[in-house]
Amino acid sequence: MAAEAKTEPIATRQAYGAALVELGEAHEEVVALDADLAVSTQSIKFGKRFPERFFNCGAAEANMMSMACGLAATGKVPYCSTFAIFAAGRAYDQVRLGIAHNELKVRIGASHGGVSLGEDGASHQMIEDIALMRAMPRMQVVVPADYNQAYRAVIDSFEANDEPMYLRLGRPATPIVYKEIPETLAGGVDVLREGKDITLIATGHMVWRAVEAAESLEREDGVEAEVLNVSVLKPIQSGPVLESVSKTGVAVTAEEHRVVGGLADAVRQVAAEQHPVPIFAVGMGDEFGVSGTAEACMEHFGLTASGIADRAREALLLKPIVSRPPLFGPEWT
Amino acid sequence: MTANLAPVSHLRPVPDPQPPSRKGAGEPARPSVAELERWATLLRIDCVRMLAVAKSGHLDSSLSAADIVAALYYRVLRHDPAAPEWPDRDRFVLCKGHAAPIQYAALAHLGYFPLEDLMGLRQIGAQLQGHPDMNRTSGVEVSTGSLGQGLSMCLGICLALRLDGLAETAQVFGVLSDGDCQEGQTWEAATAAAHFGITNLTAVVDYNHLQTDGTTEEVMDTGDVRAKFEAFGWDAVEIHGHDMAAVVEALERSRALDRPAAIVCQTTKGKGVSAMEGRFGFHGKPPSPELAAEALAELEARLERQTGSLGAGAREAGADPADALETGADDPDSDPPE
Repeated sequence: MAAEAKTEPIATRQAYGAALVELGEAHEEVVALDADLAVSTQSIKFGKRFPERFFNCGAAEANMMSMACGLAATGKVPYCSTFAIFAAGRAYDQVRLGIAHNELKVRIGASHGGVSLGEDGASHQMIEDIALMRAMPRMQVVVPADYNQAYRAVIDSFEANDEPMYLRLGRPATPIVYKEIPETLAGGVDVLREGKDITLIATGHMVWRAVEAAESLEREDGVEAEVLNVSVLKPIQSGPVLESVSKTGVAVTAEEHRVVGGLADAVRQVAAEQHPVPIFAVGMGDEFGVSGTAEACMEHFGLTASGIADRAREALLLKPIVSRPPLFGPEWT
Repeated sequence: MTANLAPVSHLRPVPDPQPPSRKGAGEPARPSVAELERWATLLRIDCVRMLAVAKSGHLDSSLSAADIVAALYYRVLRHDPAAPEWPDRDRFVLCKGHAAPIQYAALAHLGYFPLEDLMGLRQIGAQLQGHPDMNRTSGVEVSTGSLGQGLSMCLGICLALRLDGLAETAQVFGVLSDGDCQEGQTWEAATAAAHFGITNLTAVVDYNHLQTDGTTEEVMDTGDVRAKFEAFGWDAVEIHGHDMAAVVEALERSRALDRPAAIVCQTTKGKGVSAMEGRFGFHGKPPSPELAAEALAELEARLERQTGSLGAGAREAGADPADALETGADDPDSDPPE
């Protein structure tokens, strides 16, 4: 039943629904819960195929997360889906005590992450969920880059391990980065493009934009940028990150999320401890989202290929200074 | 550790000289009301001991639930301490996780873990956490302690049991507090339990009318909780929560219903220790050494009385549970409803 890889732009949440059906067919213990957003999150596909194993909890996310705890404690493997704002925000304490603290095999399919949710605006645009879930003990955080990787992430979530997992998915159709459904997420960091001058490290919807940025840097500036896709933000695989930044000496991170607590902090933490290099960030500052189409929102906050490229140019300008800061010492006196 | 215990060795739990007789794995025990009342006293005594040693915890909240917990663990629940993961077992969830000592006392006396472990409550390195922890303590189904989440967890367990074809066999009992009834999530769960057609869920509300900041009526009056559950589509009854015969009857009745069942138990916080009963200001505070000594003297005297009359009663009456439920009403320690 090899699933078919997509070639045209399609939302990562579509992969969630499709992969969930495959998991349901293979494993009787898989159950799905949703909170009146089953069409949006695509868990409806599972619900139609396995109605007896699907629980629509209505607009009551706290109840849903604690129900998942009870189901998992009794041998089921629950997949809970709703918007990221409710999964990580409204039901934080329920996820924390019932799922993470209990170390239960529950998968949270958090759709509509980031500002690309679009028109609904700030109330629904979750831009701090990665930070919340990274901070939560025992919780794994996975953010796939495209449909094909998202499909693998959901399938692997059943077999890879038994720890709690938060999967961030997106609303808009997103260009394909992986031509095939990858065989594995591996360690969660993939080198998509090699280069020696600067490292662009991206996650989720920013990955394809980082690839575009690298292409424009090569075309317009003759800069060879390396591009890394970080799909597992926690636990982050430090090896490939360190290998790349030690080669290039400077990096730019890109995420559709607050730069506090998200990819930027995860990468900076790794580098600061093991190979300090300057790391610049593209992401959301100290502000909430706004209404607009998905793409307009991304542009409004500079979450674009040109936004990444511009930040890379700044970083490259500063690289000779910040990468080799003048040392305090005898030569200065 | 042993050195630390020396000054408080008189607080060390002692094995029950009259433990429940068990017919076999999972077979329900059918003790009389008088026996259950005696065990409730035994569990209360250990709560006082544990809290006096730990110098931390919620004593009065544990005492108010003692009769409910004794009725469940010693009579109503189908469980097997030798096989805590037995799939067909009834589930006990202490939604009011802060009353953990009363559950720990029952689990220890029934053999889920050594009695000695009760002495480690709330101490670094010990298995007994401040609130129940499923990954540390045998017999704890899910971790609780954040009010409002327990009933939803019970509901999840019910749905899993239904998928496993065990809905007719295994009943899920959640013990809630009045604080749980103030949390909105409890009512999300109440709505969903009715919606999903759950038939094996019993919510037992230990309604003791006192919370951290005052009486429930002062802090947040929840109104008629029984009527609320009924309005949510539940079978709902209200009983005197220290009338052991009534508690047992309501719990056993709840098994056979075609709807989720709520039993609102009117209880007294600190029940069994006169100095604490119904008095504000003890929530979350351990007893002083003086209060602990006073409480133990009162409870141990009651235990002796109950043990004595039980010996006499057992010679007269047979072990028929129906008769036993009748005779329990005459027990001088079973106060009539207020």
